Amino acid sequence: MVGTHTVVRSRRKAPAVAVLCAATALLTLAGCGGEGSSANGSYGFPEAKQEASSTITVWVDADRQAAAKAFQAKNPDTKVKVVTYDGSANGSNSFRTKMQLFDRAGSGWPDVVFSSQNNDAAWASQKSGGKQAFAAVLDKGLVQKDTLSNFTEGSLKPCTVNGRVYCLRNDLAQAVLWYDKSLLEQFGYALPTTWEEYQALGEKVAKEHPGYIIGTAGDAWTPEVFMWASKCQANDVPGPKSLTVKTDSTECKRAASLLDALRQNGTVPVVSVFTPEFLKKYSGKVLMMPGPAWYAGAIFNNPQSLNVSAGRLGVAAPLPWKGEGEAVTGNVGGGTWFISSHSKNLKAAETFVRFVTTADEYQVDVAPGYPAYGPAAQKWIAKQEASKYYATPLQPVVTAASRIWDGWGYPTFSQEAIWAKTMTPGITGGKSIVDLLPTWQKAIENQAEVNGYRVK
Amino acid sequence: MSLAPPSDRLTADASRRRRSRRVSGRPAGRAFARSPIGYLFVSPYALLTIAFGIFPSLYAVLLAFTTADGGFAGFDNFTKVVGDFRFWPAVFHVTTYLLIWLLALVVFVVGLALVVHAVSLRWVSTTLRFIYYLPGALAGASSVLLWLFVLDPTASPVSGLLSAMGFDSFVQVIQPGHLPAIFAIIAFWTGAGGWIIIMYGALNNISPEVIEAARIDGANAVQIALRIQLPMLRKWVAYMGVMSLAAGTQLFVEPQLLSQASNAVVPNDYSLNQLAYQYAFQQNDFNGAAAISLILLVVALLLSWVFVARGGLFEKE
Repeated sequence: MVGTHTVVRSRRKAPAVAVLCAATALLTLAGCGGEGSSANGSYGFPEAKQEASSTITVWVDADRQAAAKAFQAKNPDTKVKVVTYDGSANGSNSFRTKMQLFDRAGSGWPDVVFSSQNNDAAWASQKSGGKQAFAAVLDKGLVQKDTLSNFTEGSLKPCTVNGRVYCLRNDLAQAVLWYDKSLLEQFGYALPTTWEEYQALGEKVAKEHPGYIIGTAGDAWTPEVFMWASKCQANDVPGPKSLTVKTDSTECKRAASLLDALRQNGTVPVVSVFTPEFLKKYSGKVLMMPGPAWYAGAIFNNPQSLNVSAGRLGVAAPLPWKGEGEAVTGNVGGGTWFISSHSKNLKAAETFVRFVTTADEYQVDVAPGYPAYGPAAQKWIAKQEASKYYATPLQPVVTAASRIWDGWGYPTFSQEAIWAKTMTPGITGGKSIVDLLPTWQKAIENQAEVNGYRVK
Repeated sequence: MSLAPPSDRLTADASRRRRSRRVSGRPAGRAFARSPIGYLFVSPYALLTIAFGIFPSLYAVLLAFTTADGGFAGFDNFTKVVGDFRFWPAVFHVTTYLLIWLLALVVFVVGLALVVHAVSLRWVSTTLRFIYYLPGALAGASSVLLWLFVLDPTASPVSGLLSAMGFDSFVQVIQPGHLPAIFAIIAFWTGAGGWIIIMYGALNNISPEVIEAARIDGANAVQIALRIQLPMLRKWVAYMGVMSLAAGTQLFVEPQLLSQASNAVVPNDYSLNQLAYQYAFQQNDFNGAAAISLILLVVALLLSWVFVARGGLFEKE
């Protein structure tokens, strides 16, 4: 019966398919060819016919060109074609867009792709319109278990869907508490040890040193720094197509009221750290700032940004809420590397991805961010400390790396974009974040539903 | 039922064709002799229109009425996109923008063209037309990039003006309520100059005798503009309306770039075209995207028909 049904169905579809093929062929937008993959491979997905000497095409963003260069220097025999694209940065979604077009064309996929978005595995691991999923399964033999197990605990969570690993993390973006040690000592303030103390400090700073700030809430990743660290269950992804959103919880409300209080007294302004306005108003006035590990290089130790001089910048581990045990933290980015399941040279693609995520030549010597690969991370931290830039040891960065709260997941859509379009205009317009929580809830639910999620 | 026309109709049609040839004064033989070269000139346009206009439209029709696996979907794709929580806000955004922009175009373009045309000093008129046209040299995305700086109080050359209006930050400027006006200003700034030149040309086509006669009858400049020039510009205003409507309903580049520049504070589903893009490339739903495109096409065609009918665009003198 199944067979008969299939035949009848495919006959009925034939004219439509023929028209689609003719249309795409005529417009030279794409062909309707097959994928060239047939048999099931040994790695858990249908493999294309392998050609060991074929060139691999690697898509990287501008920053990751250095990774490709490091690989080529170390592996001159592997033929690599490097293509630079925007890395899907700022929600451009270009990675997914291009792969979907290749899916429709039936060819053209690159062998390796770097993406700056953490939620790409959510779609890349799934079949698209009946076509084979783009991302190759990595933990069924394509990447050695030893390599996978050396990644920092929890760091491969964004890459893991239904228990299988589909990408390797390039770097981690765990949030920590950055602070200006010199200023703190000058003002005679103690480092806060809980979020409640952090808020009390903000109130003190507003009275005693107006103009100085202890954080910002103007970027799209504000929820990932404050809400995530408060265990606000706004983005829990228990399954590939289910999402739990509860923004009316105590955890969400306490973080929202902390932000409301500090925003009103001016110590946590609603200004993006990447705007000229921020530099104009707050250069030299950042007392502390909770934020991702990459703030160190991108904001503090950057002549184009705050340009904090050596010996001033300290770092503390994520803050807990009073009465709670171990602190948890959020994550703001961190790139991921994918191997295409359509690759004709999986071996070379795997060698490339393994190199750029684990080799010292890139991750320790060149990479600006905290490596996701544990052994490289230790060496990277040692190198950073040897630079004598930091005023304190960097151990809190290491601690935070394995404390990212796992109640905040990675759906196919961007939580940052929802916050930006729903909350930022309201907050800028003077509305209370606590009052906006139901609006945020509704916006997440709506976005989840149109993306095919079952909302709980 | 026969599909062939009755013989008396054929005869009548033939005689009508003969009459029309005589009226146009073109001998049939010459028209036929000239036609091959005419076809040659038209053919690249026709081919490109078929390949990149008509065929994609038909493809969109096919997609809009089918499911992802090629089955017939009826109106499911349409009901799905119309029921999407982003659809009606996008319709509202595009409508508001179009109203502001089209009104500004009609009022200011016609007004400025009349003023420029009324300037008797030739160098002043030429200079003004050049200045009006200049912003149009910055096409599409580059003009939006320029406006990103203009709209940011910390980098804007008119930051004083923005501060006076109560805007201290970029996010304050690009609040959702301000966007239709902002997009209308950007579109006007880049596109109005070209239309002023076209209206100026149309004004030049009005016979000087008609203006002179009105003047002799005692009409002043304002009366001439309102009673003579404006009615005679009607077709051109309609033409501007149709063309601008077609461009306006496809609002995409401005909100898309502003969305990227503002880190998504301006949503990436602000306009209907953006929503179609989201359907195709965020949700991998090309059928839904095609349904939105088709809705846009039908609405734009209907509105264009209103402009054509009211503006008498195809009426013969």
